[in-house]
Amino acid sequence: MRPLPSVTGSVAVLDRADVDTDQIIPKQFLKRIERTGYGEFLFFDWMKDPDFELHRYPGASILVSGPNFGCGSSREHAAWALEDFGFDVVIAPSFGDIFRTNAVNTGLAPIALPAEQIAQLREAVDAVNELTVDLERLEITSTSGLRIPFELDAHTQETLVHGLDDIARTLMREAEIDAYEATHTARFDTRALPA
Amino acid sequence: MSSSAANPRTLFRKVWDAHVVAEGRDAPSLLYVDLHLVHEVTSPQAFDALRAAGRPVRRPDLTVATMDHNVPTLDGPITDPLARDQLEALRRNCDEFGVRLFGTGSGREGIVHVIGPELGLTQPGLTIVCGDSHTSTHGAFGALAFGIGTSEVGHVLATQTLPQVRPQTMEVRFEGDLPFGLTAKDMVLAAIGQLGVSGGRGHVVEYTGAAVRALSMEGRMTVCNMSIEAGARAGMVAADDTTFAYLEGRPGAPQGAEWEQALDEWRALRTDDGASYDDSVVVDVTTLKPQVTWGTNPGMVLPVDGVVPDPGDYDDPEQREAVERALRYMDLAPGTPLVDVRIDKVFIGSCTNARIEDLRTAASVVAGKRVAAGVQAIVVPGSARVKHQAEEEGLHEVFESAGFEWRRAGCSMCLGMNPDILQPGERCASTSNRNFEGRQGAGGRTHLLSPAMAAAAALTGHFTDVRELG
Repeated sequence: MRPLPSVTGSVAVLDRADVDTDQIIPKQFLKRIERTGYGEFLFFDWMKDPDFELHRYPGASILVSGPNFGCGSSREHAAWALEDFGFDVVIAPSFGDIFRTNAVNTGLAPIALPAEQIAQLREAVDAVNELTVDLERLEITSTSGLRIPFELDAHTQETLVHGLDDIARTLMREAEIDAYEATHTARFDTRALPA
Repeated sequence: MSSSAANPRTLFRKVWDAHVVAEGRDAPSLLYVDLHLVHEVTSPQAFDALRAAGRPVRRPDLTVATMDHNVPTLDGPITDPLARDQLEALRRNCDEFGVRLFGTGSGREGIVHVIGPELGLTQPGLTIVCGDSHTSTHGAFGALAFGIGTSEVGHVLATQTLPQVRPQTMEVRFEGDLPFGLTAKDMVLAAIGQLGVSGGRGHVVEYTGAAVRALSMEGRMTVCNMSIEAGARAGMVAADDTTFAYLEGRPGAPQGAEWEQALDEWRALRTDDGASYDDSVVVDVTTLKPQVTWGTNPGMVLPVDGVVPDPGDYDDPEQREAVERALRYMDLAPGTPLVDVRIDKVFIGSCTNARIEDLRTAASVVAGKRVAAGVQAIVVPGSARVKHQAEEEGLHEVFESAGFEWRRAGCSMCLGMNPDILQPGERCASTSNRNFEGRQGAGGRTHLLSPAMAAAAALTGHFTDVRELG
């Protein structure tokens, strides 16, 4: 996963609530067994509409949307598609729980901000469409001098900034997993189930 | 009996505490996973990552795979080359990594959330994950079960653990007795209508109340299944004699002395008196009516005698816009009675409502009647075993003589990854879990309801209160 210490780029605004992962990447694209190449299918059905908001923001790397972004299906393909399309950051008042984790594991920064601060951001972007999202300092700045701090837990911040692999970090604690398993007997062995 | 005055805990907290491998300081806790369910769609990239890093599956004995999302429900070979490749990839990966697979034709295949309980693997007090958001289904047994993404699938395969920040808890208490003719689906749709599609975000819900206790395991699974549609991480119901009766004798369930010992442990797995939830919601079911969704998310739901809402009635501009957008997509005019809305297709199936009890209920509605002219109605059992059992009971004949198509098991038209999809503009009465735009096929319009209500709609060609059918 690539490190993401800071992102400077333009903003795309998708002003609606409850954008679900079925919209972000429809099911017919989940049959692929690769992890890359989903960007061209992002918002596949909505993109067919020439008036769809996202057409107005070519080259944007920061997506701003409404509350509960990424709700619904657990498909990580949604995060892969956003990242592959060119987004590095999604800013919304809230995120679907599974999507939020998937985004972090994809190196796509999910940043939750109160609606009032998102309104401030959008105002700044209306004047000059460029923001810097600094994941090390945990703040968003605009060329007009706007400065908005945001929160990320230390683990998420570290994961994103350094592009860390969670599995490698967990395996450093393998002794603790061994110790847990030594005192917990499994209830079944799936391999022993009858045919 | 299980109350602990010193430190009363919720059901969720008991299961959570028992699975913490290591408490996080500046990091999430590391949570042990007792059962990992795998299917073809969200696993290939996870197995690839293991292979690339030279890592084995840590606990193949706690892992089980099936084929469900992509499989065709009509007889004959798979014609979609992408779907075939994905199913073959799962078979290859299971062979290579030593994972038990219940593949197509094994006789035990089916929707992953149907076969876990059916095999007796879904048990009280376990932590269960799967790369599928409807993993919340398994919470019906008093397990902590939640959906994960593909990176997490890889993480569980490699380590049998997941880094997790402890979620909040929410009690959803169903008060009163469920009126005759209503079902678990009506209860959970009403709860989502009340909570909204993000009301449960960040929470594990525990469903309580007499109406939940009165539900069969099938009904409890329907309720827990849709927890994610309220945004919740998971849903749980404390285990009781209904749970134990369902589990006893199943292949994965403990036997003999171990069964007795398990019962003792399981009986203690309930929320202690005096334990508190972070949030609490009461849903009064005393006057509940059959529920039907009208919009493009599961929270957009009304009683069947309701009328399509008017965007003008909403003060909040964001809500008004969402309703306008939904009505445009659904091609519905404000003020239209739901019973006047005509349908093209009926889908009885999915991990929400394709268990034997669901099929029995639907069959009892359609027995001796005929599907309305112009309506295509299909029944897709949740698993090969459900299909077999239904056929032993003669339910397939009831459906077929009424004009329903009787299909093979799979996820089918719930998400239309296989050939079972809606055409643009088609309207479907569906027992599934999501009515998002295009969910059942681009341009398709989905209305969620119970199996009994779907069966009634199939007979009349429009939404109908099943209790009023002659």
